[in-house]
Amino acid sequence: MSVKTLEIDGKMVTGMAGETIFSVAWEHGIHIPRLCHIGGISDVGACRLCMVEVEGQRKLQAACLTQIEEGMVVRTDTPRLKAHRKLIVELLMAERNHICAVCVANGACELQELARSMGIDHVRLRYRFPVFPVDTSNERFGMDHNRCVLCTRCVRVCDEVEGAHTWDVFGRGAGSRIISDLGEPWGASESCTGCGKCVQVCPTGALFDKGKTVAEMRKDRGFLKYIVTAREKKQWIG
Amino acid sequence: MDRVSRRPRLSTVWLGGCSGCHMSFLDLDERLIDLAGRVELCASPITDYKEFPETDITLVEGAVANLEHLEHIRVVRKRTKILVSLGDCAVTGNVTAMRNMYGLEDVLTRAYRDTAAVVIGIPNGNGAVPRLLERVRPVHEVVKVDHFLPGCPPSADAIHAFLIELLEGRTTALQGRFG
Amino acid sequence: MTVEDLLEKQTEETERQAALENRILCCTAAGCVSCGADGIRGAIAGEIKAQGREGKVEVCGTGCMGLCSQGPLVLSAADRKLYGNVTAADAAALVSPNPIDRQALAPREIDLGAPFFIKQTKIVLANSGRVDPERLDDYIAAGGYQALAKALNEMTPKETVEAVRKSGLRGRGGAGYPTGLKWELVAKQAAPVKYVVCNADEGDPGAFMDRSVLEGDPHRVLEGMAIAGYAVGAQQGYIYVRGEYGLAIQRLQTAIKQAEREHLLGSRILEQGFQFRIDLRIGAGAFVCGEETALIASIEGKRGQPRQRPPYPPESGLWGAPTLINNVETFANIPAIVEKGAEWFSAIGTANSKGTKVFALAGKIVNTGLIEVPMGATLREILFEIGGGIPSGKFKAAQTGGPSGGCIPEQFLDVPVDYESLARIGSIMGSGGLIVMDETSCMVDVARFFMEFCMEESCGKCIPCRTGTVQMYDILRRMTTGEADEDDLAMLKGLSELLRETSLCGLGQTAPNPVVSTLKYFAGEYEAHIRDHRCPAGHCGLEAKEATR
Repeated sequence: MSVKTLEIDGKMVTGMAGETIFSVAWEHGIHIPRLCHIGGISDVGACRLCMVEVEGQRKLQAACLTQIEEGMVVRTDTPRLKAHRKLIVELLMAERNHICAVCVANGACELQELARSMGIDHVRLRYRFPVFPVDTSNERFGMDHNRCVLCTRCVRVCDEVEGAHTWDVFGRGAGSRIISDLGEPWGASESCTGCGKCVQVCPTGALFDKGKTVAEMRKDRGFLKYIVTAREKKQWIG
Repeated sequence: MDRVSRRPRLSTVWLGGCSGCHMSFLDLDERLIDLAGRVELCASPITDYKEFPETDITLVEGAVANLEHLEHIRVVRKRTKILVSLGDCAVTGNVTAMRNMYGLEDVLTRAYRDTAAVVIGIPNGNGAVPRLLERVRPVHEVVKVDHFLPGCPPSADAIHAFLIELLEGRTTALQGRFG
Repeated sequence: MTVEDLLEKQTEETERQAALENRILCCTAAGCVSCGADGIRGAIAGEIKAQGREGKVEVCGTGCMGLCSQGPLVLSAADRKLYGNVTAADAAALVSPNPIDRQALAPREIDLGAPFFIKQTKIVLANSGRVDPERLDDYIAAGGYQALAKALNEMTPKETVEAVRKSGLRGRGGAGYPTGLKWELVAKQAAPVKYVVCNADEGDPGAFMDRSVLEGDPHRVLEGMAIAGYAVGAQQGYIYVRGEYGLAIQRLQTAIKQAEREHLLGSRILEQGFQFRIDLRIGAGAFVCGEETALIASIEGKRGQPRQRPPYPPESGLWGAPTLINNVETFANIPAIVEKGAEWFSAIGTANSKGTKVFALAGKIVNTGLIEVPMGATLREILFEIGGGIPSGKFKAAQTGGPSGGCIPEQFLDVPVDYESLARIGSIMGSGGLIVMDETSCMVDVARFFMEFCMEESCGKCIPCRTGTVQMYDILRRMTTGEADEDDLAMLKGLSELLRETSLCGLGQTAPNPVVSTLKYFAGEYEAHIRDHRCPAGHCGLEAKEATR
């Protein structure tokens, strides 16, 4: 595999052909914001937070889906990109009922952290206050659609890593909703193995362990790297 | 504000909130004594005032939930130089605004009929209870807000740091987290 | 059917039609059907029997005759007379050989010498309103499938691609990508399996060009696709047609069956080595499935959501195979280009936009209906000569390109309508919807309408489009009720920029266009709504409302 050299935010960096701008940037300490991306599962380019400017390209590019090229000049942190990202986070905050004060993930939420890191101290948009259900039919986990940002990490990890494909998306537009199986309550799902991977990868408090109360939910994402690496290198125990 | 002639006048206002932000303000503890020397405390929820006074800085706790809040915050805005949304209810609507997911009628019915034990019936008509707005709104949806200090509640340290910055004429590097 | 059979069939059918005393053509496109065309056709058939004129007079249905506002339309072929607003009571007079009886029809006659007819140039719609879309013989009599025969017998696939490239044809779905280049990209892929897909998921509000072509001349599209299959090396084609187009689906099904039976599609086409099958895939009502990657996902049986491009479908499309996706109107141009040559086609139109464009005229215009004009015609010619002008009142704006397009004000009426010129003035060619507005239209409300459409049709995958359209709609709605202020206007602009630059697919990227163009040309109207809580067009009913903010 060939090595490519490119410039990100004025820094000369190298990566292997086929790597994305996103992963090369992170390897070099340039932390492009993201929400739908999580290492170990496929990328869908849905959150648009990782949009970057590539010199010579008319349009902004999603860093998680754009492969590096020799001599590329990338900017990840221009005022324009910052303004866009801030507005995207505000849009999310206003879209559903993200009431941090009563959320299990308060203090350990990627959306909340994105807002903080961008200096968002209020939302300039009108809150929508849609009505969404909470599914607590599963024995061990809960799903609060009010806190869902539709990043589809749960859908992908369930399909690609666990191989169950319990989750998918129903409906369209702002009415889209994550469903288990064909819309049954989670507890009635026949495909769900109860592995809980979806809960761990969920960036917000949408998926949570039952029994956790406000600000108690902490998520462990280490398992993903562990499984994926083991799979790639065929390192099995025993 | 005219720093030479007098101390800045500080007021606090309590709209639709749990008073936790005020409690957090009181948690400044001994720092309150220092603060009292630097500002002139004017109106607060425990001050008996007929009319809201002219104020340099007003901290607003709570969301705009009823007609009284709406009228009050408009007056406050007119008489305040620097208006600050203090805490998540003022900044986002927070718990106060959770009723927005349901219709006002449903909320009132639930509170005053379905779950009432002693006096059953929605209070209205006599003017004793201000009419609820159809939707609870964060303060900046109703009047212009100059600064935001989110948190549920914002910690005493955050409030203190914010006030000191403001009193010393710096407004940069203020960063709060929702929740 | 061999090529010889094809030519023989053409002669036979032409002679048969010439031997008739008259052929009465009833427009049975959706517009005329909705005002009773089927009953009229039945009445005429009944009269033919009643007057004993079987074998001398024939009645048949056709595709759209264009002047929808005067439907139901009936054309008497022998004396070339077109009648509008026909009723079943006119059947007797239409069938009668007696000129005196036919006098009764005079008030219904439409002048075929009117600008509406003579100012048009018909390539795509050449057969529409002239052939029976349910009879293959009619299409063959009009020269149908001879372009396919020519390609198979006289041209190599490479030459066919070259002819399309040289013609200068550009995609009629809206974006205007050079068709020949797309074909070349697919043709040069070395994959064993390739696909040709016809995008018939027409969904812009007010647009009915593709529907009319499919309803009126389905074989033309099939022939175009077969030629494309030959040129790029594909043996399978799909037509992705929206489920709401019942009549188009039915006629396509009939046409595919007929063509397969006669070896014009399927295996051994024209009894030669080339094989090409076409199957229909019915859309379930999602506008976003007109976006090519979402369309592909939908055909594959997946959720109809777009994905990031590249890779583009010519490299990796349907089931990962190289896929050629063109719009209905694009394919409908192909037979004419192959038959008459690239030079003939490229002589029509402007420097960079060749050929013709079909438009669906709707809104505040006298002649609502379907038209086809050479590229480069001005809006003034289209709206005031062909369209007959505004019924009452004054022209305000024309909206092209549907929810992805913009509003064009009066000062640009003389701009030639081609891809580049429209883009320069903030709109797009789009698929061909052309909605005319007069002074009673409020431009803020127009922007609100299109934003509502995008909001409801957003697939929900990417955040800017999914929730940005909701917020933009809310701001526009509040403007029309007097509840918005300057901050909202600034936010509207910020959101426009965000959606344009960061949305995943064309739907979100172009959703702000109606807002941006109305803001540019009608800024005063926005200001009136915000500052004075007043609607200059008197449309929003703002006077009665007191501002609540």
